[in-house]
Amino acid sequence: MVTNINQLRLSIVQACLASGEGHIPSALSILDILLVLYDKVLQFDPKNPTDPKRDRFVLSKGHGSLGLYAVLADKGFFPKKELESFGQFTSILGGHPDSLKVPGVEVSTGTLGHGFPTALGMALAMRITKNKARVYTLIGDGESNEGTVWESALLASHHKLDNLVCIVDHNHSTDRAVSVGDMKAKFTAFDWTAVTVNGHDQKEIYEALNTPHVGKPLAIVAETIKGFGSTMMTGNPAWHHKTPTKEEYAEMVREWQ
Amino acid sequence: MRKQFVKTVEDLLNQDERLVVLLGDIGVFGFRNSFATHPDRIYNIGILEQSTISLAAGLAKTDLIPVVHTITPFIVERSLEQIKVDFAFQRLGGNFVSVGASYDYAALGATHHCPADIAILKNIPGMEIAVPGTPAEFDTLFRQSYNDGHPTYFRLSERANAESHNVTFGKANVVEKGKKATVIAVGPILKNVLEATEGEDVTVLYYTTLFPFDSKTLKDNLVGDRVLICEPYYEGALALDVIQACSGRAMKIAHAGMPKRFLSNYGRAEEHDKDLGMTAEIIKQKLNKLIND
Repeated sequence: MVTNINQLRLSIVQACLASGEGHIPSALSILDILLVLYDKVLQFDPKNPTDPKRDRFVLSKGHGSLGLYAVLADKGFFPKKELESFGQFTSILGGHPDSLKVPGVEVSTGTLGHGFPTALGMALAMRITKNKARVYTLIGDGESNEGTVWESALLASHHKLDNLVCIVDHNHSTDRAVSVGDMKAKFTAFDWTAVTVNGHDQKEIYEALNTPHVGKPLAIVAETIKGFGSTMMTGNPAWHHKTPTKEEYAEMVREWQ
Repeated sequence: MRKQFVKTVEDLLNQDERLVVLLGDIGVFGFRNSFATHPDRIYNIGILEQSTISLAAGLAKTDLIPVVHTITPFIVERSLEQIKVDFAFQRLGGNFVSVGASYDYAALGATHHCPADIAILKNIPGMEIAVPGTPAEFDTLFRQSYNDGHPTYFRLSERANAESHNVTFGKANVVEKGKKATVIAVGPILKNVLEATEGEDVTVLYYTTLFPFDSKTLKDNLVGDRVLICEPYYEGALALDVIQACSGRAMKIAHAGMPKRFLSNYGRAEEHDKDLGMTAEIIKQKLNKLIND
């Protein structure tokens, strides 16, 4: 069943409101990508989240956790009411995802530059064990300041891992520090098949995920906007780690209902 | 020990199809047979240690057993956060086999020394640490623990004891029994310790596993109120374990290990030993001072 994205946006903001925690704009910028993956691409069974044959998704930019939690709950990996406990002492849902606690979370991320090489190891493991499952990872452009992103880019193409897809959430969050420049050109130079898409156009994202890439890993540079979907958050860096007030929340409800 | 590492792992590659070896562009010639027989399970992965360890975690997530091998500081210090977050925090099993312990690579200079390895890794919850004293001991310890589901560090040294002991992973050996003091010897320092304690009325305990720390053997064999801890790396890494094992008893504890400083000279490791107090003679002096004070 295809999910209503505005309901997910609301559930993200509600979780954040309840806990006073969370990176809302980072969760909103990846939501279209996550929905395409979980609606149309990944093979998984929420009742059997450790099925060896499942496709793997690794949220390398772990601070987008709220977006992932909202989608996993929507797909039935855990009850939606868990979202209300986000960030609380005994919650399974923290500011960064814990693979030992949350069904459907493959890797505990948060430290940038760890999830991508871990996904690469999973892709290599699939080849070694002759498992047809595919591995998808989502990194940020800010995360791409980390050297391990480029170590991984080098390794993945060297080992011709065409069961690996790296999606870049290019929301320009760290242009203020270091701009990563032309990500498609960079991945192409690292001998990946690389495409650029509008990261809020689900049809374009889906088509990009079906790009043929025989013998090479696939990079999808998704041009996104932090806080996309919320007029007040769009492009406003003050929202990176901010909890909405009651008035701001009411405005979001009006926009999304 | 490096040769034994190759032999042991070559053998296990044949026996256990979950084993995958990642070499940081060292030991490649040594493993040439494995590259021919198991090309899908041994990789000269390159000089990118941080990604190598995260990649190894990805293998472990998929029920394979990784063995990562490179020079000590590049595993322990450069990639510490990968060991911490990707392995220990997520409770994944894997093996990190270093080469060039403390100042074994004296002539290469301080960038290639890593005497802080044990103190650093002991701060990672669940991280197992093995310090074999001979090639045969490495073989035993590795076979007993490589697939136990924990991240395990094996400190390989160019130095070795003259004789192997019948070691067990997680257990200390009682080598000598005496009355005046308890001497703890870790891995390849045992040779100097036995030379220093010859003719002395002391108990000598030999540790080749540092985590989990075998406090029972220490408690059961403590004699008197004096303990000398002899470590082949920066001294002090076992201090808390010893204090906790002695809890409730007033003890005098002395250390015979490497002092915390950078080595800016080159030469051979043996040339640094005297400077650093890493000789049987210095251990004997420290023991006598501890006993007679």
